Amino acid sequence: MSKGNRRKKHGLASRVFVQLFMLIVAILMIFPLYFMLSNSFKTSTEFLKNPVGPPVHFTFQTFLDAFKGKTFLQWFYNSIFLTAFSIMITTIVSGLAAFAFAKMQFRGRNLLFSCMIPLMAIPPIVMLIPLFKITSVLHILNTRISVILIYTGIMVPFTTYMFRNFFVSIPVSLMEAALIDGAGQFQSFSRIILPLSVPAIITACVVNAVWVWNELLIALVFLQKESLRTVIVGITVFKQRFTLNVPVIMAGLTLVTVPMIVFYIFGQRYLVQGLLSGAIKE
Amino acid sequence: MSGGRLKTVVPYLYILPAMLFVVLIIVLPAISILFSGFLTSKAQQQVWHGLGNYVMIFKDNLFWISIVNNLRLFLSVPVMTVISVLIAAILFEKIAGWTFYQSIIFTPYILAIPVVGIVFSYLLQYRGVVNTILTAAGLNWAVMDWLGSPKIAIWSMIAVVIWKQFGFGVVLFLARLSSVSLSLFEAAIIDGANWWQRLLNVTIPQLAMVIEFYITVNLINMLSWVFDFVFVMTGGGPVNSTYVLEYYIYQKTFISSLDYLGAAGGVIVLIVAALLIALESSLRKRLEQME
Repeated sequence: MSKGNRRKKHGLASRVFVQLFMLIVAILMIFPLYFMLSNSFKTSTEFLKNPVGPPVHFTFQTFLDAFKGKTFLQWFYNSIFLTAFSIMITTIVSGLAAFAFAKMQFRGRNLLFSCMIPLMAIPPIVMLIPLFKITSVLHILNTRISVILIYTGIMVPFTTYMFRNFFVSIPVSLMEAALIDGAGQFQSFSRIILPLSVPAIITACVVNAVWVWNELLIALVFLQKESLRTVIVGITVFKQRFTLNVPVIMAGLTLVTVPMIVFYIFGQRYLVQGLLSGAIKE
Repeated sequence: MSGGRLKTVVPYLYILPAMLFVVLIIVLPAISILFSGFLTSKAQQQVWHGLGNYVMIFKDNLFWISIVNNLRLFLSVPVMTVISVLIAAILFEKIAGWTFYQSIIFTPYILAIPVVGIVFSYLLQYRGVVNTILTAAGLNWAVMDWLGSPKIAIWSMIAVVIWKQFGFGVVLFLARLSSVSLSLFEAAIIDGANWWQRLLNVTIPQLAMVIEFYITVNLINMLSWVFDFVFVMTGGGPVNSTYVLEYYIYQKTFISSLDYLGAAGGVIVLIVAALLIALESSLRKRLEQME
């Protein structure tokens, strides 16, 4: 009895301690985001006097300043364009390959598929020098298409790996039923496999979208024209342009981050699942 | 007959587009850089240069600074792992608000590195918020020029890397723990094991494979995904003290137009990456056998 009591007391004390510890961790994690968000609503004079507290006089002028000159909007458009097309191509190309890897017999299947994992880990900087030469020789440097192709190439191994592991779990009997009905292989893919794979497709799209949207190095090297810049490259330029007006920089960062946060809130389940799928077999 | 032949070709048609992308964007460039490392340009012609490029970068102090900094970044991996395991173990007890904590801790992982880097470069300025808070707390001795001092800058950057990355470990370990039979933990409680004993004797052994995997993946990240931090937070400075291999290659190739030196650096990164990949794939095989 007394032993049980003691444990309970100990339990309460340690629970309080654990909650305190986790609260401190949570504050450390959230503070930089709070700093970004709260300062984007301050004037630069208020920021100098009060960099930590919440804004006293809310201003939206910072956001208007960020959009001034139209370049920011252009960058946004560029990022959306690159993200949309590279994800679309990646999903189609990887879906077809994953279908063959999961449901067809052919020579070299296992060997080719096992190549996908190491390919995910090759550092992009290694590919960049040769790719840069090729794109300049082909005169497609500073074009969106070159970057879309590079992004797709980098995303295909992971996406194929993920899709294949999902497709494998779909029973062959479902496909056989379709084949008996006279549907060809492609139809059994498009009518049976794809509709059942919507969660996997959303997962892959969310993970890939976050990656493309946030990518810096390739966009920096291959899109050097101001009008083609992505919003992520843009904000690094922004930082140099508005050094003296921190709230405008913070407003720019907020604008870039909001789509990702919205994505995270609505797609959290898919995003987490997708990021884990590289590590834990479903 | 022709139908039979068609059947054997069909699977290859499905994988063809994916293979083309992978070969053109990843495989061929990775192979071609192996050759570029041995070449140089003379009078706008490619000529054989043997190990000349390597001799040049090995004599370059900046290259060694970069190597040392990558090794320092490797040191962040055990730290990250310990933090992630501890917090995952705490959250696994289903303490009040654990899903809330999990979401908050994971958030930095999805933010763009340039966004994180810029925000932290303001927080860590000499007149920035971190020093203001330290002064207010009476910790004047801890006030430092976090990104402006050559001795400290790389460590400040490493702290930011840990801040951004460890949330993934927490989520990964929690997911793994949720598939471990609860009876193991209950048995340990009945045996009178306290929290630390359970952590050491049940949780960590159950996580062992995933922890190994997490460590190798992060080592690869510390080699090949840290460019963004350097580019936005320090630009390699102060006094070149925060160069890493990726940034070294970028500078040589795209800023100084010494792309053969960049290629030689690229080959070195590729070799280290290949070793890490071999380690990772042997771990993954064991992981898959286990499940």
